[in-house]
Amino acid sequence: MKKADWLIPAAAVVTAAIWYALLIFKPASSTTANAGDYGDKVVVTVSGKGYAVYSLDSETDVIIPGARGLNNHLVIHDGEANVVGAECPDKLCVHQKAISKDSEMIVCLPNEVVVEIVHGEEGDYDAVAN
Amino acid sequence: MQLQTKRLARLAVFTALAMILSWIESQLPNFFPYPGMKLGLTNLVVVFSLYGTGKSDAAFINLVRIFLSGILFGNPYSIAYSLAGGVLSFASMLAFRKTGIFSVYGVSMAGGIFHNVGQILVAVVLIHNDKIFHYMPVLIVTGCITGFFIGFLSDEVLRRIKFRG
Repeated sequence: MKKADWLIPAAAVVTAAIWYALLIFKPASSTTANAGDYGDKVVVTVSGKGYAVYSLDSETDVIIPGARGLNNHLVIHDGEANVVGAECPDKLCVHQKAISKDSEMIVCLPNEVVVEIVHGEEGDYDAVAN
Repeated sequence: MQLQTKRLARLAVFTALAMILSWIESQLPNFFPYPGMKLGLTNLVVVFSLYGTGKSDAAFINLVRIFLSGILFGNPYSIAYSLAGGVLSFASMLAFRKTGIFSVYGVSMAGGIFHNVGQILVAVVLIHNDKIFHYMPVLIVTGCITGFFIGFLSDEVLRRIKFRG
């Protein structure tokens, strides 16, 4: 390992830190919530379009039809949202931990499904359940 | 003529090796359950051939293994992800290597980082959701770590195998 090689991990850590800081401290569009606060809504997006919004306090057990006709199984229980089953090939979304804090998300890339915790009001989603 | 045959055989063996590593990696449990976080074992073959036998060999192996492993172990979408990651990663490795100030470690770490950057860009386009950019910090760091590991392995292999084209 040459001395110059250390520039790369250093640059990577600095870039990642700045990026992370920008995500945390960016002025929230509709709320004053910060990452790490407990969120109270579970927003489900399929292919970039709002699919549904659920309350994090609810007891929800739904099948979300993802892109290309494959489903994801979302369960909200005890203030946590979790994808417990999926018809996608890699099942990465199922292995991801349950989410409950603001800005946390579970992503299923093949099905284009994003489950995200949001704090406060979200006006721009069409479908609202619960 | 003899050189051509030799090169053909070498490319075939390296591509086969890349496929085997691809398969091994596809059998490993997901240590990191997040899209894009992979060890990138196959990159070992690409880095090795970049240093051992030159960039045109490495580019050939990289492209062929992306399409072959996509067809065998993946689907059209996984090919899109690998292709974006693979091409961006390869371009960055060429650029970093050309500066002449980095060793195989630095070049491989750059490759690991830009591989993940490429994957995120495709994910944002395919999913139409820029929230995916939230993954960038963690994927930059993991790309650097896996790149270091691949750099280490490549360095060890390159020191032991002397290639004569």
